Amino acid sequence: MMATETKMVSMVVMGESFRVPEGSTIMSALEYSGFQLTTGVGCREGYCGACGTLYREHGDYKLKGGLACQTVVSDGMHIAQIPFVPADKPSYDLEELTPDEDSFKKIYPEIFRCVACNTCTKICPQDIQVMDYIQCIMRGDIATAADLSFDCLRCGLCALRCPAELVQYNAATLARRLYGRYLAKPAVRLDRMVEDIKAGKYDEEIESLKTMEHEELKDRYYKREVRTK
Amino acid sequence: MSVLYFPGCTLKNKAENFDQSFVSSMAGLGVDMKELDRWNCCGTVFSMASDDLMSQLAPIRNLLRAEQQGADALLAPCSMCYNTLARAKHFVAQEPDRLEKLHSFMYKEQGDYKGAVDVVHPLAYLRDSIGFDLVAKKVSRPLEGLKLGAYYGCLLTRPSIVSIDDPQKPEVMDKLINALGAESVYFEQRTECCGSYQTLTNLAVVANRTNMIIRSARTSGAQALVTSCPLCAYNLDQMQREARKHHSDLSPMPVFYFTELMALALGQDWKSEWTELHEVDPAGLLKEHGLD
Ligand code: SF4
Ligand code: SF4
Repeated sequence: MMATETKMVSMVVMGESFRVPEGSTIMSALEYSGFQLTTGVGCREGYCGACGTLYREHGDYKLKGGLACQTVVSDGMHIAQIPFVPADKPSYDLEELTPDEDSFKKIYPEIFRCVACNTCTKICPQDIQVMDYIQCIMRGDIATAADLSFDCLRCGLCALRCPAELVQYNAATLARRLYGRYLAKPAVRLDRMVEDIKAGKYDEEIESLKTMEHEELKDRYYKREVRTK
Repeated sequence: MSVLYFPGCTLKNKAENFDQSFVSSMAGLGVDMKELDRWNCCGTVFSMASDDLMSQLAPIRNLLRAEQQGADALLAPCSMCYNTLARAKHFVAQEPDRLEKLHSFMYKEQGDYKGAVDVVHPLAYLRDSIGFDLVAKKVSRPLEGLKLGAYYGCLLTRPSIVSIDDPQKPEVMDKLINALGAESVYFEQRTECCGSYQTLTNLAVVANRTNMIIRSARTSGAQALVTSCPLCAYNLDQMQREARKHHSDLSPMPVFYFTELMALALGQDWKSEWTELHEVDPAGLLKEHGLD
């Protein structure tokens, strides 16, 4: 039987061409080409936001953004990885803030320069309505901002493209923190659980898990009770 | 006619009394006011640069979304939002090229803006679509004895292309005041500028304007001012304290949003939180007229 030949496509990494298997993600294509990634790489599963990458597809003038671990290489694609975004990240004390727009006027006053161009939304690899969450913050709707930005991975691509030069994802992080601290319904069961753990209710069980045989542990894991509500 | 309303940022925080009283007074007229979904800032100040298309993205996207949500008219209670949205509509209608450029930038939004949705100020809506006669009929608690100065400021009537009334002799707010059972009082400074954003950098300019406008209204017999603009309300109400530093004999005068008075007259509740958003407490005046 003849092995099916893998189709190859070309990829241009900062000016240098490589042939890589069709269907590869940018990240696997880079490694296939011999790059050893020490930065701009993280979970490889689209959760951590470390591998923000700028690319341009063949024949298109538009610069696009994506996560290297999630974006599939197209033939003739030009790419440049963004190893780190040195964005402003002021420190603050949540206890001194209020869950409204006034907190943002103090910590991130630049967000009020948003011109509502929606460029951030266009580039977001998570398909988040980035402009909408910034607009919600501007009008003091912190709960909606926290909700809309929930899937943000803090890849930094939105901030790189913003003409008003604001750092959307750090503002969104503050919105979610304010939501958690002041607006979210208290998780009563969680408090109870923490108390129980502190009181040693689960100590024995944890100890037995620690010494359990691998197979039994697996079995217990699959048979575990999952609470859905 | 299908109508949505655009609150704008200030109505969602510093002018919540305007937002809530607008919705409740419209409910009092039998109109269920639905808020535009997913709106963004109106653009705040209309950009005067004819090539500054970037500044038109915000207002035009709001109009596009209003169209997509099936509205024939978008009501904007805040004078500033009204002015910015209405002027943006005219701006792109003047030269097709402008809209084309905006569309090519907004390629990820679904669909194009057609220019079909009207930008309407609620005062004009009350006059033209509901009618002040009907408003008067629905009044259950007439504001009898209240003498009110309708303060138009700049943005409702300037420039003339978006003016909701005769720019020199507006009367729409006076008519509403009278329909609510109060007495509208003409005063000279009613279309003067309140000082606008000078309030951020040049307090003395605004303090002097506040003093001048309130004195003019009082001399003509007004007990309170009525406005449709949160920035005018800020400069005329919150800035009275600053004005008094320069003009110590300026006595306090309450400033209402027209919708607060409508809500009152239409028998809706006056919420105590509204009072907190007023610098000069209107409670005394309302009580004096049996409206507490
Ligand atoms: S909101 Fe910004 S930082 Fe967050 S995932 Fe989207 S582009 Fe990345
Ligand atoms: S890119 Fe910047 S200015 Fe444009 S909508 Fe996003 S946050 Fe606002």
